This record gives sequence, structure tokens and C-alpha cells, in this order.
Amino acid sequence: MLLRKLGFSVAAAALSMSVTTAQAKVEGDTIILGSAISLTGKYSTNGIHTQNGYELAAKLINDGGGVTVDGKKYKIKIEYYDDESTPARGAQLAERLIQQDGVEYMLGPYSSGLTKAIAPVTEKYGVPMVEAEGASRSLFTQGYRYLFAVLSTSEQYLASAIDLAAEQAKSTGKDPAELKVALAFENDPFSQDVRAGVMEDAAKHGMQIVIDENLPRDLSDMTPTLIKVKALKPDLLIISGHSKGAATAARQIGEMAIEVPMIALTHCDAAKVTEKFPEASEGFLCATQWSPTLTYSDDLFGSAADFEKLFKETYEGYDAGVPYQSAQAAAAVMVFADAFERANSFDKDKVRDALSATDMMTFYGGIKFAEAGNNIAKPMVLWQIQDNQYQVVAPPKWASHKLVWPRQAAGN
Amino acid sequence: MWGSIEVLLSLPAYNVGLILNGLCVGAVFALAAYGLALVWGVMNVKNLAQGEFVIMGGYLAWYIAKTTGMNPLLTLPIVAVLMFVFGWAIYVLMIRRVVDKDLFTSLLATFGLAIVMQQALNLAFGPEVQVAQFGRGSVSMMGGIVSILEIKFWAFGMCILLAGAVVAFMKFSRMGQAIRATSQDARAARVMGINTDRVYAFTYALNSAICGAAGVLVAMIMVIQPYYGVTHSVRSFVIVTAAGIGNLPGVIMSALGLGVIEQYSGFVLGAEFQVATVVVMLLLVLIWRQYQASRIRQVVR
Repeated sequence: MLLRKLGFSVAAAALSMSVTTAQAKVEGDTIILGSAISLTGKYSTNGIHTQNGYELAAKLINDGGGVTVDGKKYKIKIEYYDDESTPARGAQLAERLIQQDGVEYMLGPYSSGLTKAIAPVTEKYGVPMVEAEGASRSLFTQGYRYLFAVLSTSEQYLASAIDLAAEQAKSTGKDPAELKVALAFENDPFSQDVRAGVMEDAAKHGMQIVIDENLPRDLSDMTPTLIKVKALKPDLLIISGHSKGAATAARQIGEMAIEVPMIALTHCDAAKVTEKFPEASEGFLCATQWSPTLTYSDDLFGSAADFEKLFKETYEGYDAGVPYQSAQAAAAVMVFADAFERANSFDKDKVRDALSATDMMTFYGGIKFAEAGNNIAKPMVLWQIQDNQYQVVAPPKWASHKLVWPRQAAGN
Repeated sequence: MWGSIEVLLSLPAYNVGLILNGLCVGAVFALAAYGLALVWGVMNVKNLAQGEFVIMGGYLAWYIAKTTGMNPLLTLPIVAVLMFVFGWAIYVLMIRRVVDKDLFTSLLATFGLAIVMQQALNLAFGPEVQVAQFGRGSVSMMGGIVSILEIKFWAFGMCILLAGAVVAFMKFSRMGQAIRATSQDARAARVMGINTDRVYAFTYALNSAICGAAGVLVAMIMVIQPYYGVTHSVRSFVIVTAAGIGNLPGVIMSALGLGVIEQYSGFVLGAEFQVATVVVMLLLVLIWRQYQASRIRQVVR
């Protein structure tokens, strides 16, 4: 009896505690968003880019008066924990943010892997999460209701390169079906998603895949693959393997004087190929989520170029350019602010429904979520490295420069 | 797969590219393996931080070259000396305490060292992929079909030179003789008046210097990142196990051989089998050894 009484009072205490923590999501006039983010470990560079993006957007929204909900102005504050770039830690910290700190709105971590670890947790508690850095297709096939992503999914990364090659073939009087394509993709979920998108588009045009390599994760040498490229002379070479793959490819493409008329890859900017291999990387096509030269704009930041300028003024170390990781992080915060205002409530399900109905234009691009939570309003863009500068060449609507084809032979 | 073999048969020049690349890549891996064979043979310490030493050497070369504008190849002696000192310090701080303990203690200790070094490199230099540029471009042969970075030939030469130097050192210098004596029987060496502690310290420091030199070449030929040491550690273990401990010329031969096999399997079977083949080769060697040993009844059952 006593025990039961005790049990009851503990339960009551727990209940009252959960009530107090539940209010912690909005303290006074501050809305608290939570995020586990990689501030140390192997993703720390991009983790910090992401955090800077979140902070800049929050600051700008707060400086402009904040978010209006039910006639009252609220400020945005983001609570961070360092996930040390490890998925298991990320999931723990998400639990902690929701359970102990009472956070009811989450911003995503960095990378698909971490997002994959955290999404089941936010889903379990019905906490809406807007993420900006997890592009893997597999995030949007699980039927998650509370996950929203502002970026384009990974299978779109290089698909536009195939279309570009097909257009180029047509303009030179060639049938796209005659084009030979060489693929080299790392054996990880992200790159395999990219490959799936490329394969689909190549099949659409009836192109022949002459090389299709799976690069192991610890590969530091691509020469056998590139010797094959030399022998089989494809018209298009597509490579994806994160920064390491981009750096290795750029180095060895230069070293071996590979003369493929079109070469497309991911992570050029993260691997800083223009700095490290200025000659070899000339003419590369590089997939990107966003470019500061795009003509998107909104009321908060102004144009994409204005965002870049403000970002460079606010943070040190971005003279060489602002990474898209920061831009999409800022966009994620804007999406949340917009959803709060439209929901006109702090009820997490109402906020979730408002998020789901998002249809807005930002400096980062259009944002409109599909049923699965991925953004369908923003295309991927393709840069070409021209005179050591990243220039947008595709899709045609946003292109600022004409494609240089064939790319000049790489003489290292 | 058959298509790839056809290519090789129809245009034999591509074979030259594969073999030369394999030899040069093998030479780089040989250095770290060489150091491992030394430490393993003399001290019976299986140094799991081998790859981290390589990466650290690479970062030092990259950093010195970046800040002073030197050619990265010229930093090699500086890096080797710095890494020698570093290796000596690690010995005094850590390895000395585990050198006469059992296998697992030294494995655990060096594994811990590897993790600490990864994180320290990450804190010091950041997690981005880095490269150092030799800046001499490629050597083009056979009408442009074969094109190989000049630095790869330098690496091959250095590997041979260094191997020769170490062999000569072991044979002719007092320290080398003391190292060999200690590896044969540490207790007897001590009785004969050899300061085995110093011998161990020297051996470990020498290994660190050799790894550092390998790292300088790795930064110019491949890419470096704080977490990429594992590849080099694993490769060293494969090479040394295949060659047999205490068989220094064997280490060089097996490193070069594995380098060439790796290139061929990458070309014929596809990139996903490039690294796998190396491990399969190790398995075959071990099976062959077991078989040989069982015939002369030396096998441990």
C-alpha cells in the first residue's frame, strides 16, 4: 500500500516535472530550438558551418523583432550539444534535448548519417525536426511524419550532368544514345543514391555505361579506374566519393592527363579542388545545393549574394566563399519561424502541420515539402570551374555562364 | 571483367602503367611496413599507431611546406628528425611501460595512442582533406598512354635507398648490431652490457622517423586527413605478416608485389576488389605457410 502510494506520488512528481519541462520550449518570450551538431570530430568543419548558418538566421530574425505568435513577439534561441560526429552520441543527445531539456522543436545535425540516427528519436516523441544537412534518399522512404529537409535529395546531385551531356550531344548533331558514360562511386549510402539518380537519367537517354566502379571507403588510389577511362574513352566521367574522392580524383586526373570532354563530381568545393589543383580541376562540373550567384531572394536576407556578403562580414574565415551548408542551415531556421507564425501556436502538432504546408521563397531557393518531407521546390545546381572560379552552368534557367565543352585537357 | 582483360591484351602499354603505378604505390606502403617489421621484430610490440605516424609525418610536411614555401620533398629530412624525437618521447612516456608486457597490453596501448593522435591531429589541423604539391608534374611515356607523377619515381628511389641505408646500418653500426643482438635475445644482450632500454627507444624512434618519411611521400602522392591512418596501419600489418617478421628484404618484395597485384585486381575485377585482393593474398600466404609448417611438423595445433 505504502509502496503503491509512493509509486503514485513519484508518478505525479514525474508528471508535474514533465509539465514544467514541457514549458521550457518557450521560456518567457523566447522559443527554444534544439540541435545536436558536430562541433568536434571528423564533421566539425561542416558542423561549424551549419551552426553559423543557424545562428546568423536566428540573429537576423531576432533583430527584426522576432516571430509573432498569437499577437506576441518571440525571440529564437538555439540550444546545442556537440555530437562528436558520432551517430550514437547524436541519438543520445536528441533524447536528452527532448526528455531533459524539454525541447519541442529540433534543427537537424550535420550529415545524412547523423540525421538518420536522430530522426527515429524525434519521430518517437512527435517533435518536428527541420534539417538542412542530410540529403540521403533513404531518410524520406521511412514514412517519417515529423522530418522536413530544406535541401535537395542526393539522387538529384548529378542527374543534371546527364541532361547537360545529352543537350551538348544534340547541339553537336550527335545522338545522346551514342554517349559513353563512366561512373565511379564510393560504396556508401550517399554516393550510391547519387549513382541511382544518374543511372535513371542515363537510362532515359539510352546512354551506354562503359565503366561502373564501386570505390571502397578506404581507397586512396584510383589509377586502375582511370587507366580504364583512358582505354575506353568515355564522353562523360562521373565521380562521387566525398572530399577524399574529389581530392583523389582531381589529383590523379591531372597526374594521368585524363582527357574526357565532360567530368562531373560532388564535393569539389569541400575538397577545395580549385585551390589545390587549379590546373587539373579546370572545366570540372560540380554539384551544389546553392550558389551565391543565384537570383533567389527573400525579405529577411535579401538576395543570395546579400546573404553571402552578410555572412562574410559576420564570421571570420569565409573569404574564399560561403559554403552551401551554411546557407541551407539559415534557410531551415527561416522555415521554422515561418511555420510558427502560420501555426499561430506552440502546439507541436500544429507546428508540424504548418511545416508540412510550407510554401515559401528564400534566398536559398523555393521551399515546399513533399509528403515524405523532402523539398521539391529547389533544383540542384551545377557549377563549372571556369578560370578557377565556380560558375553556374545548369539548369539553364539559373545559368550565369555558358558550358565550356569539351573541357580543356588537364595538363598538370 | 573480360572487357578489361581484352583491353590489356589489345594494348599492352596499359600494363606498363599498371605495373609502374603498382611498384611506386607499393614502395610508399613498404616504408611504413618496414618500420613495423623493425618494431615488431626487435621489441615484439605490434604498433597499431603506425598509420597515425604516417599521417602525422604527412601533416608536418604539409604544414612546413605551406608556412615556409619549401618544396615538400625537401622537408623530408626535417620531418624525419622531428618524428624521430616524437617517437623517442612516445617510447619514454608510454611504450617503455608496455614493452615487456603481454601482447594485448601493447596492442591496447598503441590503439589508444592511435586514437589520441587522430584527435590531436584533428584539433591541430582540422578535418579537411589536405595534399602537398611536389609541383614537378607527370612523366609521360609511350605517347601519353602512360603518365605518372614524377614524385612517384622519387618515392620508389627513396624507398630503395632508405631500405639499403637501414640494412647497412643494421649490419655495420654499433647501434645496428645492438639492435640485432637485442632482437635475438634481449636478456643475453643485457648480460653482454647492451643497454636494451636505449636500443628499444632508438628502434621505436627510428620506426617513427621512417613512418614520417613515408608520410611526406603520402602527402604528395595520395591525400591526408587525420582519420586516414588506418589504411596505412592495416597495409603495414598485411605486408609484414605476408613477408614474415625479421625478413626485411621480404618486406620490400611483398610490398611491391602487393602494390602491383592491387593495381591489376582493381583494373580487372573492379575498384571494389582493389583492397580486398590484398587481404585475400594475405590469407593465401598464411594458408600456404601453415601447410608448409605442417609438413615439417612445426605447426602449432
